[in-house]
Amino acid sequence: MSTTPTAIEPATPTPTLLRLATAGSVDDGKSTLVGRLLHDTRSVLADQLQAIEDASRRRGWTGAVADLALLTDGLRAEREQGITIDVAYRYFATATRSFVLADCPGHVQYTRNTVTGASTADVVLVLIDARHGVVEQTRRHLAVVSLLRVPHVVVAVNKIDLVENAADVYDGIVLDIEDLRRTLDLDDVIVVPVSALHGDNVVEPGPRTAWYAGPTLLEVLESLPLEEEDGPARFPVQLVIRPQHGAVDPSLTDYRGYAGHVASGTVRVGDEVVVASSGVRTRVVAIDRGPDPVESASAPLSVTLRLADDVDISRGDVIAAASTPPTLTSSTDAVLCWLNERPLAPGARVLVSHGTRTVRALVTEIHERLDIATLSVEPAQSATLNDLVRVTLTLAEPLPLEPYSQSRHAGSLLVIDPHDGWTLAAGMVAAALPGSDGAGAPPLGEEGWL
Amino acid sequence: MTTLAYPSTLAGQENPSPMQHDLLDLLESEAILVIREVVAELERPVILFSGGKDSVVMLHLATKALWPARLTVPVLHVDTGHNFPEVLAFRDATVERLGITLHVASVQDYLDDGRLRERTDGTRNPLQTLPLLDAIAANRFDGVFGGGRRDEDKARAKERIVSLRDAFGQWDPKNQRPELWRTVNTRHRPGEHVRVFPLSNWTELDIWRYIERERIELPSLYYAHKREVFERDGMLLAPGPWSTPRDDEQVRAETVRYRTVGDMSCTGAVRSQACTVGEVITEVAASTLTERGATRADDRISEAAMEDRKKEGYF
Repeated sequence: MSTTPTAIEPATPTPTLLRLATAGSVDDGKSTLVGRLLHDTRSVLADQLQAIEDASRRRGWTGAVADLALLTDGLRAEREQGITIDVAYRYFATATRSFVLADCPGHVQYTRNTVTGASTADVVLVLIDARHGVVEQTRRHLAVVSLLRVPHVVVAVNKIDLVENAADVYDGIVLDIEDLRRTLDLDDVIVVPVSALHGDNVVEPGPRTAWYAGPTLLEVLESLPLEEEDGPARFPVQLVIRPQHGAVDPSLTDYRGYAGHVASGTVRVGDEVVVASSGVRTRVVAIDRGPDPVESASAPLSVTLRLADDVDISRGDVIAAASTPPTLTSSTDAVLCWLNERPLAPGARVLVSHGTRTVRALVTEIHERLDIATLSVEPAQSATLNDLVRVTLTLAEPLPLEPYSQSRHAGSLLVIDPHDGWTLAAGMVAAALPGSDGAGAPPLGEEGWL
Repeated sequence: MTTLAYPSTLAGQENPSPMQHDLLDLLESEAILVIREVVAELERPVILFSGGKDSVVMLHLATKALWPARLTVPVLHVDTGHNFPEVLAFRDATVERLGITLHVASVQDYLDDGRLRERTDGTRNPLQTLPLLDAIAANRFDGVFGGGRRDEDKARAKERIVSLRDAFGQWDPKNQRPELWRTVNTRHRPGEHVRVFPLSNWTELDIWRYIERERIELPSLYYAHKREVFERDGMLLAPGPWSTPRDDEQVRAETVRYRTVGDMSCTGAVRSQACTVGEVITEVAASTLTERGATRADDRISEAAMEDRKKEGYF
């Protein structure tokens, strides 16, 4: 549920990686917030700070610290226009966690950018301007987060210093978010009031939000539990490694291994496995990480599997847990986030990439589109940039597709333009549009904003 | 004040924490996944290899990705003609040890026959673009691995892991392909190629920690040594035919190391006593300057120096 957190347990001591994506609208101060997060975690070094101080002065900035938004706006056009054009990646670390932050701009190609950032994210940080509350962009971002099944959502209510009765404003936004959370069938959403400009509640608590007793944004990010990519083992094969005469060591000329990464679950030595395309069963006899053998590997590690039998496996095959094999399918419903200016029409011939396999496909039918403004589903016959549509795909060769609800990796696919290779859409297998009946969301209450 | 309940996700650790992967394992796995995809999908990949630490790590990852098969991907060095001799020796020894093919694109050749002209500031870094693009075209390389990291520079922070270059080698940062989940799309039209940055998500500190963990050998100048240097614009430059001290610049022996290794004319050393990987890690973790800020004159030209070079086809 969406809530004000009231306390934080100590984070786990193992340094690890959290992938974070931001989403916000134009002018809600996202670049400043990201800059503040970097600055206050001491991830900005002296020469970078000097550079943005100089640039701030040249642009007539009069604030006490430099314009922290300049830390993230990396392109010339972005600095000239004061906007963010494309996803930028930033890195910061605390004693317990390293963070990869995908800073996704909130306009023009908003869905494309948010989908790009969110597809690999452990948490999406959604910004709201306290003066405006929940706006259409907030719904859009949360709908994408729900559709992509990002494990965690944190909402930062920014510019909290600019509203009167801040505590009441914050409480109102928490309630609005709670409504959205129910509609969109999201898990926990955590709402933190911040002032990116002054730094309140970003890394340190601030004097302007004395009424707020919960953790700061960074404390939340440091303590969010990381989701395991569990589920049955899936291993898309990238390469068959058979060195023969080209082995690094003459004793390894007979080596035969299947290189790939564990897309979901865990593979262990001794496991019974099945080749998805042929149904042939065998057993894992060794797992190699380079020259080092290991007993097991779980998602998302890259390893090489050696199997008990010489079976027919090539690039594009999926090696799967024999106890829960995937089924092959030549036709599937999927929700597509359409990411290109070229419109989609029924009958479009495309390529579909799933794991390490790419096949020809036909978009046989377009069923419905999500109206982001109302979060209602309407019939559709086409899709254009930023549309979320449910379609039926017919595949030239069967693929071991699995519902996206079971695995973000085994259930995802790319739609590619066969002519120039452009990625046209992000696809989620057997997904339902957020807010529609199939999403499992409760019916909208009378208090909803519909 | 809200009275909503305490969030279950933060409700402590009653359940044992799920197995968490080590940061370096995750970064290594991501890089290996990308390397394997490119090697499998493209016909003529090449690895840019300068002997610098990032390209050394990339080469190590490539050998690990394909182990125990030998690496058959060739390497390409764009030689500015201003290289540190110990780095060239390291480059050659590495190529020999791995039994791989080395292509060299020489800036000096281009200067000698007039295809390029020396810049007034003497730096040759921007001059590398033309020989690089020519080498890519002549060898029909379709996938070019670079060791660039997003934390190095603001323009690099915008770069995709697999990044399309048009027939002129140009990068269009406003029109980049979305990269989704862990699915890699290397498709491109004839004449185009992709640049591939497996180390995109690594920081300088990650690189050093990985070098320590994997015991990766580097050129000696990454560690503290005595060297004749003079100070210019706050950087310590080694005197040579391409960086001659002016009358007011005094040459003296200092204990230094290099944080980056590039063109000698614009790559500065830093004062350091760090003789081991562990000591370097301690030093890097405590540094108040970025590696490029501390050591690269060419990136001080303007806020957009790297962006401008990259758009034209630079690494």
